[in-house]
Amino acid sequence: MSKSIQSIERAAAVLRLLARGPGRLGVVELAGALGLPKGTVHGILRTLTGVGFVEQDRGSGKYQLGAALLHLGTSFLDVNELRSRAINWADALASRSGEAVRIGTLLEGRALVVHHVFRPDDSLQTVEIGQLLPAHACALGKVLLAYDRAAATALGRDLERYTQRTLTTAAGLGPALAQVRERGWAADVEEMTVGVAGVAAAIRGHGGLVVGSIGISGAVDRLCDAGGTPRAGLVGQVQDAARAVSRELGHRW
Amino acid sequence: MPVTDYYVLAIDQGTTSTRCILFDHLGRLVSVAQREHHQHYPHPGWVEHDATEIWRNVRRLVPQALAQAGADAGQVAAIGIANQRETTVLWDRRTGVPVGRAVVWQDTRTDALIEELAADGGHDRFIDRCGLPLATYFAGPRIRWLLDATPGLRARAERGEVLFGTMETWLIWNLTGGPDGGTHVTDVTNASRTMLMDIATLEWSDELLDGIGVPRAVLPEIRSSAEVYGKASAVLPGVPIAAALGDQQAALFGQTCFAPGEAKCTYGTGSFLLLNTGPEIVRSSHGLLTTVGYKIGDDAPVYALEGAIAITGSLVQWFRDNLGLINSAAEIETLALSVADNGGVFIVPAFSGLFAPHWRSEARGIIVGLTSYVTKGHLARAVLEATGWQTREVVDAMNADSGIALTTLRVDGGMTADNLLMQFVADVLDVPVVRPMALETVSLGAAYAAGLAVGYWPDLEGLRRNWHRAGQWLPRMDPDLRAAEYESWQRAVERTFGWHRIGR
Ligand SMILES: Nc1ncnc2c1ncn2[C@@H]1O[C@H](COP(=O)(O)OP(=O)(O)O)[C@@H](O)[C@H]1O
Repeated sequence: MSKSIQSIERAAAVLRLLARGPGRLGVVELAGALGLPKGTVHGILRTLTGVGFVEQDRGSGKYQLGAALLHLGTSFLDVNELRSRAINWADALASRSGEAVRIGTLLEGRALVVHHVFRPDDSLQTVEIGQLLPAHACALGKVLLAYDRAAATALGRDLERYTQRTLTTAAGLGPALAQVRERGWAADVEEMTVGVAGVAAAIRGHGGLVVGSIGISGAVDRLCDAGGTPRAGLVGQVQDAARAVSRELGHRW
Repeated sequence: MPVTDYYVLAIDQGTTSTRCILFDHLGRLVSVAQREHHQHYPHPGWVEHDATEIWRNVRRLVPQALAQAGADAGQVAAIGIANQRETTVLWDRRTGVPVGRAVVWQDTRTDALIEELAADGGHDRFIDRCGLPLATYFAGPRIRWLLDATPGLRARAERGEVLFGTMETWLIWNLTGGPDGGTHVTDVTNASRTMLMDIATLEWSDELLDGIGVPRAVLPEIRSSAEVYGKASAVLPGVPIAAALGDQQAALFGQTCFAPGEAKCTYGTGSFLLLNTGPEIVRSSHGLLTTVGYKIGDDAPVYALEGAIAITGSLVQWFRDNLGLINSAAEIETLALSVADNGGVFIVPAFSGLFAPHWRSEARGIIVGLTSYVTKGHLARAVLEATGWQTREVVDAMNADSGIALTTLRVDGGMTADNLLMQFVADVLDVPVVRPMALETVSLGAAYAAGLAVGYWPDLEGLRRNWHRAGQWLPRMDPDLRAAEYESWQRAVERTFGWHRIGR
């Protein structure tokens, strides 16, 4: 086994101490309790504050466990917050690609549309925020499943069919998700709706955690080349948008 | 280099933050750098910004925006500025140091002065000349207040040692050299918010200067909204500064509301509905402001009717910061969706009086309808609904003044990310609400105006083609419910009147 990482051990110790007390603790108290220099403890606290595991009281300057720790395992980024932070980049993607843009998160094995930008041709369209899409049959959902094995497993072995091309078995979906992880993007070509294709990529938050997906969808002949492969230019635009939103959310590469 | 290698830089100097945004030739956002500045609340009703901090932020943000786009200064065709309006700063011409902090548009310290000025001729005393009623909102009386409150300042001002500006003036002066020959100018839209400019001639008016008590020597030169004011010497040396507009006028321009009858509402800290009235100066009899929409170079000015709402997004901020019930503004929607309706609660955020269409500076905020049933979810609903109902009041006034009913509302600003709110606005107005693909219309408008001035974009028609619908909400509220809720809202509003006693 490789050597354990000291700063993570220390961070864990800081969290344990904070979890123990009823009250808040200051840097000096924490440093004293752990026998560490104040500067070191301060650095750890700053990092933990940054990810929301620790909160500093404005009045006293002392620290306590943060709200994010209490919600570990449940949704870690509010979906309306995600829309607020992504909206500029979703607009830019729609305007560059000429296609409709959606942002999705997983909700009980389905892809929840948390943001939707119309295709910029001023045709009649309706806002689809709140819709649930079959995760295995759309690019948006495949990205989410690719980075959430538990959710992918929970779908079971037989998946609902929407078109001739829907992946209807776990055995078929598995390699497709592996390919998503490998390439960094997902596609669906007429897997949910005949004549429609989609491309999506992952939105990552602090520490690289996937918190959502962003993608375009539209007519197959616009999104794909004659061989049915998504056009590289569009894939690049989707990936750029995903990176821009991730940067906005504090992800560093 | 082909035109596609060039960008236009917009500086949006807003109430809570400053943003620098690069746009490309299709009006698409290429990069954004943003930084909040401190809000100072030294007394109840007072709101101040540090103009030096804001200028420092601009100096930092411009290079960040360029770096994000991988662009260099040589690729910036022009700079356009949009700014929070009416926020007033005075500074020393020789040193460039502000005389105290900038007094922000929400600040009500001039309330006693306003009553004093209104004692002789009423609140509408100057409305024919400048289009505005006497209210704490506007810049001119703030200058008078600062000159009165600071010993010796009036004498220095009269000697020409002190300069006045709203934020665009302050930034242009600093960008063009500051104490070393900085250009001291404002644009017609910002000048139209001072109460000192004649709305018909677009010049400073002696009648207004005398009436309000401001020496001409402090004032900048009034220019059009799109023309080259000078070249930057700091930050982006050599790049022309080619546009300035008040943020709301910039949004009107960015939404390409170029034809009379077109209107937009920008939902930010406050919210502002502007209706293009073309070359015609329309006088309101329902509490709207007559203002300049924009003026491109030597073209005739385009006027607008404005419904200004002081508190919308800042009510959400208050809910977050002062009540601590949510961690981020966007979470208001999550909390509001945890319940089905407002539970009978209405919040009227008359934090510093009410603006359009009431103009009651003595009104103060209330929460009514509290019962033991009410939860924080209901309060969150009431917070969002306050923005919807305030919009409804302004739209009603606008329809009455212009004689034509609004058929769609174009929206933009940070709050339009709130899906529940946008649906509610459509519901209470009973017209479709449309969001354009560029949410940052304030910045886009400043960029468009600057780009027009330097020939980066040829004409208004070209800009119009860049406008696309990104989202649309259709009304679906039951008409009886709408009527009943509106009636409750109006009763709540009445209860805010007459609360604050001026001078106590
Ligand atoms: N999702 C949201 N729901 C409700 N209000 C929001 C949301 N996102 C931002 N806001 C509010 O919008 C305002 C910020 O919008 P912005 O256009 O940036 O304002 P400004 O330019 O006036 O500073 C803040 O007051 C914030 O509380």
